[in-house]
Amino acid sequence: MTQDSAAEPAGGMGQAPGNAAASPVPGGKVGAVVVVGGGVAGIQASLDIADSGFKVYMVEKTPSIGGVMAQLDKTFPTNDCAMCILAPKLVETGRHPDIEIIAGAEVEKVEGEAGNFRVTVRKRVASIDPRKCTACGRCSEVCPIETTSSFDEGLCERKAVYLPFPQAIPLSYTVDRKSCVGCGRCAAVCPANAVLFGPEETEVRTLEAGSIVLAPGFEKFDPTGLKEFGYGTYPNVITSIELERMLNASGPTKGHVLRPSDGRVPRKAAFIQCVGSRVGKQKERYCSAVCCMLSVKEALIAQEHTPGLRTTIFFMDLRAFGKDFDEYYKRAESEYGVRFVMWRPSHLSEDPATGNLRMVYETRDGKLAREDFDLVILAAGIRPPAEARRLAQVMGIELNSYGFCRTGLFGPTETTRKGVYVAGAFAVPQDVPDSVAQSSAAAAKATAGISESRGTLKVKLDRPAERDIGGEQPRIGVFVCRCGINIAGTVDVSAVVEAIRNEPDVAYAEENVYTCAQDSLRKIQDKIKEHRLNRVIVASCTPRTHAPLFQKTIQGAGLNAYLFDMANLREQCSWVHMREKDAATEKAKVLVRMAVAKARLLEPLHRQRIGINRSALVIGGGISGMTAALEMAAQGFPVTLVERETRLGGLGNRIHHTLEGEDLQGHLKNLEERLLADKRITVLTGAEIRSIDGFVGNFKTVVEIRGAGCRVPGAGTEGPGTPHPAPGTLTIEHGVIIVATGGREYVPDGYLYGKDPRVMTQLQFEEQYAAGTLPPYKTVVMVQCVGSRSPQRTYCSRVCCTETVKNALLVKTEHPDAQVFILYRDMRTYGFREERFREARDLGVNFIRYEDDEPPVLDEKGGKLVLTVRDPVLDRKVRIHPDLVTLAVATLPAAGTPELAQLLKVPLNRNGFFLEAHSKLRPLDFSTEGIFFCGLAHSPKFLEECIYQAQGAVARACTLLAQEALETEAAVSVVDEARCRACGRCEEGCDFKAPLVKVWEDGRLHARINPALCKGCGKCANRCCSGAITVKHFTGRQIEKMVEAALSDFCAGPANGGVRQDGG
Amino acid sequence: MTEFQPKILAYCCNWCAYAGADLAGTSRIQYPPNVRIVKVMCSGRVDPAVVMAAFRRGMDGVLVAGCHPGDCHYISGNEQAAVRMAFLRGFLDEVGIERERFRFEWIAGSEGGKFARVIQDMVDNVRRLGPFRPESLVAAGGGAR
Repeated sequence: MTQDSAAEPAGGMGQAPGNAAASPVPGGKVGAVVVVGGGVAGIQASLDIADSGFKVYMVEKTPSIGGVMAQLDKTFPTNDCAMCILAPKLVETGRHPDIEIIAGAEVEKVEGEAGNFRVTVRKRVASIDPRKCTACGRCSEVCPIETTSSFDEGLCERKAVYLPFPQAIPLSYTVDRKSCVGCGRCAAVCPANAVLFGPEETEVRTLEAGSIVLAPGFEKFDPTGLKEFGYGTYPNVITSIELERMLNASGPTKGHVLRPSDGRVPRKAAFIQCVGSRVGKQKERYCSAVCCMLSVKEALIAQEHTPGLRTTIFFMDLRAFGKDFDEYYKRAESEYGVRFVMWRPSHLSEDPATGNLRMVYETRDGKLAREDFDLVILAAGIRPPAEARRLAQVMGIELNSYGFCRTGLFGPTETTRKGVYVAGAFAVPQDVPDSVAQSSAAAAKATAGISESRGTLKVKLDRPAERDIGGEQPRIGVFVCRCGINIAGTVDVSAVVEAIRNEPDVAYAEENVYTCAQDSLRKIQDKIKEHRLNRVIVASCTPRTHAPLFQKTIQGAGLNAYLFDMANLREQCSWVHMREKDAATEKAKVLVRMAVAKARLLEPLHRQRIGINRSALVIGGGISGMTAALEMAAQGFPVTLVERETRLGGLGNRIHHTLEGEDLQGHLKNLEERLLADKRITVLTGAEIRSIDGFVGNFKTVVEIRGAGCRVPGAGTEGPGTPHPAPGTLTIEHGVIIVATGGREYVPDGYLYGKDPRVMTQLQFEEQYAAGTLPPYKTVVMVQCVGSRSPQRTYCSRVCCTETVKNALLVKTEHPDAQVFILYRDMRTYGFREERFREARDLGVNFIRYEDDEPPVLDEKGGKLVLTVRDPVLDRKVRIHPDLVTLAVATLPAAGTPELAQLLKVPLNRNGFFLEAHSKLRPLDFSTEGIFFCGLAHSPKFLEECIYQAQGAVARACTLLAQEALETEAAVSVVDEARCRACGRCEEGCDFKAPLVKVWEDGRLHARINPALCKGCGKCANRCCSGAITVKHFTGRQIEKMVEAALSDFCAGPANGGVRQDGG
Repeated sequence: MTEFQPKILAYCCNWCAYAGADLAGTSRIQYPPNVRIVKVMCSGRVDPAVVMAAFRRGMDGVLVAGCHPGDCHYISGNEQAAVRMAFLRGFLDEVGIERERFRFEWIAGSEGGKFARVIQDMVDNVRRLGPFRPESLVAAGGGAR
């Protein structure tokens, strides 16, 4: 982990101008990467690159990083608060010693080639110097000019001098030059002399970099031109991003959904999907992929925020194709009563008297309905970024026919220029987790080409020496956060500060508007020094997201990270007691007192440095696993690939053609050849994992080799031709694990499958088609969602709609006279795949939608297949006599997944796929350190998605392998060996094999806990029959003192008399 | 006469129950302010002694909440906790602490609503029982740590 002093100013041009030290390897490749764009994609790519030992220049055109995700209120499908999960990443980026943020800048010129680019950047000189600005806000107060806020989508005003948003990085006010009249009041009042007033200036810098990553994001579609929906004319027609701002507690309406026309609370709201997507001109016909889920989420959140609000979503196909999305959609319908109507309205009309919007649509029974809504939300799609063309020209890359970056199926992050990579929505419209995974992939690709220069430009940090607090009385500093109005709107923060100031041992207390803001962090460090604080408490939001940030901060001021605690005043107080302000304030005081009580007993804890085996194990030899192994080798690290089958390739072996006609079998062959030729890669086929021991950096895996088919061409440095190992077991030592175990086809039990040879899965159809063994056919029926989106398997298998369209096109191209029927529930051909769906319709493929409660029925009568389905358009049952029936069956996790999960000690989700550490921002990580995953093991996905996930998992793993040593958990359990009676209960109960009872070197029989294996859960302490185990950081005494403090506001009644104690 | 405000202490595991309480917050689900959460890494760390410590010091009710079976971040901590808590329940009966004052629950990180419901329930139940008198416990000889 890199540690930084929070006293460093955030990014900006403040740091050493130019980069004189850019080429320490004469003629070699530059160990730096330019990342264009500071949204979530650019942030993820930058962090992964910088954590792997390279310098990053992040070029962002606006004054702050954060992108569109910073504007979002919640994220689907977990309803996490977007800013709450993004803010720590923003801060981490801002504080990273190896990332330089160049805000307000654009790339003008790129010269050179992969490995040695010279990138010319023009940057607007900030009118307010970010290094001096303390974000006090005086300038904005006195500014006489009001203009509309672009961050709040024009829904409210802001001054011409403004803060982009409260969590902005760099945290600095900025001047909107278009609105500023140059009165100079801001300059006059600035206490920091940060305002540099004068004509707008720009400066030019030349950066040297080995690779470039493009993550400029996307443009929100502007529906102003669409007269039919009256956007811009009818005030109560808004876009989804505008609603998103309204839903945000710190947005223009403070979280209330209000009609723009009259400020009234709406009772009925309608969402119209596919505005600016899937219809219109050819280059706009793609699906924006995120809007369906965005609308479902907004409907759900809007109903939560607005009692009595009913929402309706008008959609064409509800595309809930991601992990856990379909379940979320179902919940919105069944639990929240969101109404879904499959219809695309052609227009809206407004009742001028009420401002209501009238919609005409067809109901399920075919009748026309008229309905009035008092708010209409247009699900506006994703457009290529405005600067796409210019950027393409400057970078020398090609765009695709839609204006997005051109990439290939097998190189989903590669642009048409070597050394230039793409991440996020500029590649294809996609949601946050896909962007994040793809950004990690871009990081892997961008660093693979320059891996020889790893570490050459890394800033050498000297973490301030840790202060020894031994013998000091506790001197506790308490920082209480207002969190804008999130806490202060309910809790009287000043009263909390006043109350806590008088507590014994509290040496200092203050309140902050945002304690997580950069200037507040700096202040914490100043106060630690000024008041010689030796314990710090931040009373703000949940420690689950913010504790690491504050811990790093106090470390920067010389305090041990464990001399810190938090009081959760937001998630567990202000937000849950909004209607009881006094009680919430009292509770807040108690929560802080509890933290103080614990803080008195906190002691410094230290991690141990342990060696790391800088090599990887990849489990699974399908496309994901093969890609991961090759990318890992390209990073310079040895890797062992273990495949259970005797043949590499996995499910890929069964796919014979792709949607856009690429040669998949050729690609597979190429992968395999490169894999077997690479000396850094050991391939074990016909081999199965038997046990996995150890921990991050030091895993020991036992593999059973069954003999036949096993090959070890790389075998470390031996080179090809090493003899096959004999059947038996082999122990592999490695530092990280990438799980790429893939998936398999569901075996259907209906539709005469297995009983009639004319019924087959899509993959079987492909195989038979390729082999030319299909029976003659004139009529083909393709049934969707067989085994997916069912009570047993609640998820959507994501790829089947497109697979079916692909096969339907194959049939129609070869046999134009053949009749093809596709029986579907929602066609989920998201992104650019939409065009092929359109093509299939144009070629006369018949699409019949069926409802999940009325699935098609297949019978056999007199040797003929008879398929019956209700056609909702004709509103009657239709009967088809197919010669062939293909089933789009569910994708299941690979066999043996639960067993492997147990060996790895990692969780599965309810559908049996591996469960990631965080569905949005850590899609490829397990919560167990050192283990990553990708491909179908994560969830059903397309080939290109498997490839970038595999590359992304490598980038994530390299953030560990790039380090020379790792640090263990510090908060572990320890045995008081003198008290231990060696009963062995700790040993029996530990799932991590950390305690060991034996005769130790002191000649006595007792337990001892290995800190490298201990996870600090404390079960052993509970089991210990002699009270000999202490759980560090959660000691019995600390807990008791917290309990006593917890009683401090209940002073009535004799029962509690004298309970209040100030423990020392 | 103001209503009796029960004092509830909740031991929540870091990974599920505490996250569930956080989710109640991000979802703005309202519940009574009578609860004080003490975070532990795992419900398996909550030994009967710390529950008794809370009662002895005058808490009116104690909740121990962990991950659902199968979800434990430490694999079996929650199930070990269940065994210990079942044992504790017998002990509480013995020393005369009403059953409603102590509760052991599985609360997932995604169950903000459940967290709020459990708290509301406990507050209602304990309010009916009235304040807990720790001195009665000492008299009964049950205050062992």
